[in-house]
Amino acid sequence: MTDLASASEVNETGVNITINGVRVVAPKGELVIDAAERNGVYIPRFCYHPRMEPVGMCRQCLVEVDTGRGPGLQPSCMLTVSDDMTVDTESETTKRAQEGMLEFLLVNHPLDCPVCDKGGECPLQDQTLAFGPGESRFVEEKRHYEKPIPISDLVYLDRERCILCDRCTRFAKDIAGDPLIHFMHRGNETQVLTFPDDPFNSYFSGNTVQICPVGALTARPYRFRARPWDLAEVESTCTTCSVGCRVAVQSSRNELLRYEGVDIESVNHGWLCDKGRFGFESVNSDQRLAGPYLRDVNNSDQLVGTNAALEAAATAIGAGRGGGGVGVIGGARLNNESAYAWSKLARTVIGTDNIDAQLADGLSAQMVLSLPRATIADATSADNVVVIGTDLKEELPVLFLRLKGAAQSGRIKLTELSLLVTGLSKHASASHRYVPGELAHAVGELLASNPQLASGSTVVVIGRPSAADFPDEVEAAVGVLTAGLPLATFLPALRRGNVMGALDMGLSPGVLPGRVSLDEGRDWFGSVWSSLPGEVGLDTAGMLEAAAAGRLDTLVLLGADPLADVPDRDLVERAFAGVGSIVAIDNFVTESVKRANVVLASTAFAEVGGTTTNLEGRVSRLGQMITPPGTARADWMIAAELAWRLGGDLELESLAQIWSEIEAVAPSHAGCTLEVVEAEGAIEGVVVPIPKSPDLAGAPSGPASIRWSAPALAEPPSVDGYSLRLVARRKLYDAATNTQMAPSLANLAEQAQLMVHPGELRRLGVESGTRVNVTSSRTTVVLSLVGDAAMPRGLAVMGLRQPGLAASELIDLRAAITELRIESR
Amino acid sequence: MTDIGTPIDWAPGFIANTTPKIVSGRFEFEDSFTIERAMATGAYNGLKAALAKTPAAVHDEVRGATVLGRGGAGFPAGVKWGFMPPDKWPRYLVVNGDESEPGTYKDRLLMERDPHQLIEGCLIACYATGLSQCFLYVRGEMPLAHERIAVALNDAYEARLVGKNILGSNFSVDIVLHWGAGAYVVGEETALIESLEGNRGMPRLKPPFFPAAVGLYGQPTIVNNIETLANLPWILSNGAQAYAEIGSESSPGTRLVAVSGHVKRPGVYEIVNGLTTFRDLIYGDQYCKGIRDDNELKAFVPGGGSAPWFTPEQLDVPFEGREASAEGSMLGSGAVIVMDETTDIPTAALSLTKFYAHESCGKCVPCREGGTWLEKILTRVVKGQGSPRDLELLLEVGATICPGDFPHASSSRLGLEAQPFPYKMTTICFVGPSAFAPIHSALTLFPEEFEAKLTRRDTIPLMSMPVADATGTDESVGAVS
Repeated sequence: MTDLASASEVNETGVNITINGVRVVAPKGELVIDAAERNGVYIPRFCYHPRMEPVGMCRQCLVEVDTGRGPGLQPSCMLTVSDDMTVDTESETTKRAQEGMLEFLLVNHPLDCPVCDKGGECPLQDQTLAFGPGESRFVEEKRHYEKPIPISDLVYLDRERCILCDRCTRFAKDIAGDPLIHFMHRGNETQVLTFPDDPFNSYFSGNTVQICPVGALTARPYRFRARPWDLAEVESTCTTCSVGCRVAVQSSRNELLRYEGVDIESVNHGWLCDKGRFGFESVNSDQRLAGPYLRDVNNSDQLVGTNAALEAAATAIGAGRGGGGVGVIGGARLNNESAYAWSKLARTVIGTDNIDAQLADGLSAQMVLSLPRATIADATSADNVVVIGTDLKEELPVLFLRLKGAAQSGRIKLTELSLLVTGLSKHASASHRYVPGELAHAVGELLASNPQLASGSTVVVIGRPSAADFPDEVEAAVGVLTAGLPLATFLPALRRGNVMGALDMGLSPGVLPGRVSLDEGRDWFGSVWSSLPGEVGLDTAGMLEAAAAGRLDTLVLLGADPLADVPDRDLVERAFAGVGSIVAIDNFVTESVKRANVVLASTAFAEVGGTTTNLEGRVSRLGQMITPPGTARADWMIAAELAWRLGGDLELESLAQIWSEIEAVAPSHAGCTLEVVEAEGAIEGVVVPIPKSPDLAGAPSGPASIRWSAPALAEPPSVDGYSLRLVARRKLYDAATNTQMAPSLANLAEQAQLMVHPGELRRLGVESGTRVNVTSSRTTVVLSLVGDAAMPRGLAVMGLRQPGLAASELIDLRAAITELRIESR
Repeated sequence: MTDIGTPIDWAPGFIANTTPKIVSGRFEFEDSFTIERAMATGAYNGLKAALAKTPAAVHDEVRGATVLGRGGAGFPAGVKWGFMPPDKWPRYLVVNGDESEPGTYKDRLLMERDPHQLIEGCLIACYATGLSQCFLYVRGEMPLAHERIAVALNDAYEARLVGKNILGSNFSVDIVLHWGAGAYVVGEETALIESLEGNRGMPRLKPPFFPAAVGLYGQPTIVNNIETLANLPWILSNGAQAYAEIGSESSPGTRLVAVSGHVKRPGVYEIVNGLTTFRDLIYGDQYCKGIRDDNELKAFVPGGGSAPWFTPEQLDVPFEGREASAEGSMLGSGAVIVMDETTDIPTAALSLTKFYAHESCGKCVPCREGGTWLEKILTRVVKGQGSPRDLELLLEVGATICPGDFPHASSSRLGLEAQPFPYKMTTICFVGPSAFAPIHSALTLFPEEFEAKLTRRDTIPLMSMPVADATGTDESVGAVS
């Protein structure tokens, strides 16, 4: 307790208890096991986990407690502190119970320790050493089961090792909402199992491996790969999506081997999604780009040295700078420092504002940066939470967990407005559907019929519902929301790793570092940077259209794969054909990189430090654990080298020096020094802008420094009775490069298919699973048509990027909606 | 009127005696379970009497009659009802018909022979405590009980005795019949609630899950035993005063006792609560008429398989909870299991321990692992493969399940003072300690029989199972010598 206010608060709500003879104050409602631990007394436990409801099953935490009726053994994980309670964790009775429970747990536990992955970090092993009886009196045969059995593609179960603590099953049921593993049979035969033919296919299955107190659950990617004492570890922040979960990155011999969730209160509570947890495999991939190469006129690749490649890239960019222009697409993969370097490179050296970290599949940067921002903590404690558009379970899984938990506990009232049933639908107080193209009208109706949203605190989580619809309707909808709920705060559900950091660093046309518009920041940045482009540049769609029309000479792909990600494949093809040259900087040779003239290799996660920013605007540290392959270099270094070769100087020397420059020039980051971000106990990160921090003298700041106004409410597109409206949605596992390069995740992506309501099948006279011709304004493709009663009538749903066929083939980026005609072949 | 002491064909196991009939009054009629017979013999008069009073007055009447819970714990029903928080709704009545304690078969008779008495009792309880929903949980292995209650409920609904505006009053209650899936532990009230909610039948922890505060679906819930509720119609018809005049002051009324084992006439008897002694019951002419073949009594279990054992020294203990506790056991569910001089005590203990180890739900460690371990050690001993160390081990393993002194009866033969009931336990519910109770009693009261096993390895067979000998001929080897 540091300040007086909180100290007196404890006195008001605290109770006095005695733990092993020491009188301590504990907040009312605290569990005895936590109160003891907070005061340096560790009570052994197996089933208790601070992020789950206690069940009191393992009986290991029994301690002698006296509440005035004489001492008795009580499970300290189920008992809350009460005044004048006396707890004795070292009494003879307590010790006997603890030794007895450990002896019982060990009677059927196999002596696998020498070959068990958990050995060395095993709570059963450790607590047996600390609290156990030393030897067993059990001479009979132990329980035997087949070992281990796969319960999903990722997780193996060894029932002999299992001590039936209910952690994994509770997690699956209560936290993840995927009750696919259960206790089965009874008594001594009790075992954890899946239902037959119904594997533990949860997006969060890896967490059960992490919380298993023995080696019963193991994850396929880590099995037999290392012993815990051989692992080196650094704390970092996951950049698989923009939630920014805290992770411990573990490696051995310069190879990533495991990520473990780190419990931070503000973001992930220790949980990770499987895509984040097992994504390290892609960093280790032997497909990684290890050095630069050039592609000559004959389309043959030519490996070159870094100098030659940088020279070629600078030549291509220089040609564009002097001629028809340069465009930079991408940057959400970068850390904040690299994003700043590229922002500065584009604006000052290349002299262009054509730069966009989003791939025409996100939201307006001006809108995102100007809306009053909420934190995850705000969203899980608000009176009302409105989720609009995306399926958070597929796009931002841990944010889904947090909102689901808050809704389940009754803390928040969750209202959902989406095209389809989502993972959150069954946890929402109300879940509404709307038709593509009519989002803004649906929001208007939602506000009119739910006046309670305007009273109390309301947080709106807003994302892009479908890449098949023009994003104008989201902007119009936000306009309706800000007008109807002037006090609401927003959590933008943008998906890519550091997309918020990239936007904060100005990787969007018309936006400069620190959430300042080009116009408002012209004077300030004119003084701290050497020069600025004259006018607002093009976004990704604009750059591609300009390239297709022959009005752009050079395209720089900064970790971007437009062919796969921009929801209009036809446009990207035309742009690539029309552009003079393409410079790609990437980790892998993606489909788009294959079309580049100059390819530079860059670093991936855990190969470079720095900072990242999550969707709340939370800046947190990235950890470097391993060295990059070959001659791959950090993106900021590539920017600095290119600047030098283009006749400029970014004056950037190190990550730390870049960060102090950001802190000095970016108005939203004022006061967020490296000391603040790295301060002891700052594992939660720092949300920018920091309240009460002094403004940068002379710099624009505050809400006025970036302007956004909602577009006028458009008429809903007219109904065409012969067509179905396409919904292009994101799934967690898809054909994205980082997923496909992780062997454990690659096969989890479903094949592309078009899903419709079974009624549509009857109308077409085809069976579910039939392959049909699907025609949009762009092209005709062949897809298998699947009936699913969860799909609304009139819609056709497909994954944006599933293996087999990407929805982007069908979409015209500028069309308000995408209509499909389906014909049997 | 059926003759005293004559078994009734249609109520197998029930034997009438001279005790006032509070719950077994209708058993003498072959069609006692039909609504016609029930109505003709005064069914629902108690309900009518109750509806004429205020709910609080009915509650007072029941509290005044001190109806001790007949499920095992013996807690007064009227007091239990008062534990519900006054302002939390909805609240439920859950009727525990999951009778499965070894030796107990009295609730089954009440359900099969007189379902209307039970329904009436439920309605009175609901009226007194302001409940609008009642769940009747019947054990899965009792299909006849289930069928008869189902028919009775349908008839009662039709007669407007259950449902909306009962008997024209503004009191409404629905009764839902639920069939269990066959697990001993579900007789424990919180496990029964879990099962009723559709989960695995595993007990919840108290605190915080005291059913009266946090019960079914998280709401205040009263869980009562079948026999407890079956007493209510009589009390409301005849008054608490008349009830209190039967039986002793602390244990008024009558209670049903199921006797099994080595007596001449096992069966269910309605006895005077608090006054009838075990000697009356086992040797009385209108009860069990003594031990079979006029053998000597060796030991008996006074309150269901989980109760510590008594020996002939405790024959004069009456059916009074506090006296039984002081003598080192409990009356539990009213099941007396009698063992005569021919009984092999370690084998008898193994038989009970096996049951509880098998019925462990697996939720908490001491019961799941300890129960089975006890069974394994005792099996070894009974087979004649044990060592003296095993006898200590049995008590040490048991001490992890039940730390401290375990209750037992006195024995002048061994110079033992009685250790009063109850015990302490590290488990969530009583299943774990129940696996140890028979072992502890047997080992404490008959140590020489265990020691004999250790030395006479080759001659002691396991249980009374036919054992194939080396020559290939089957030879039935009884546990009794």
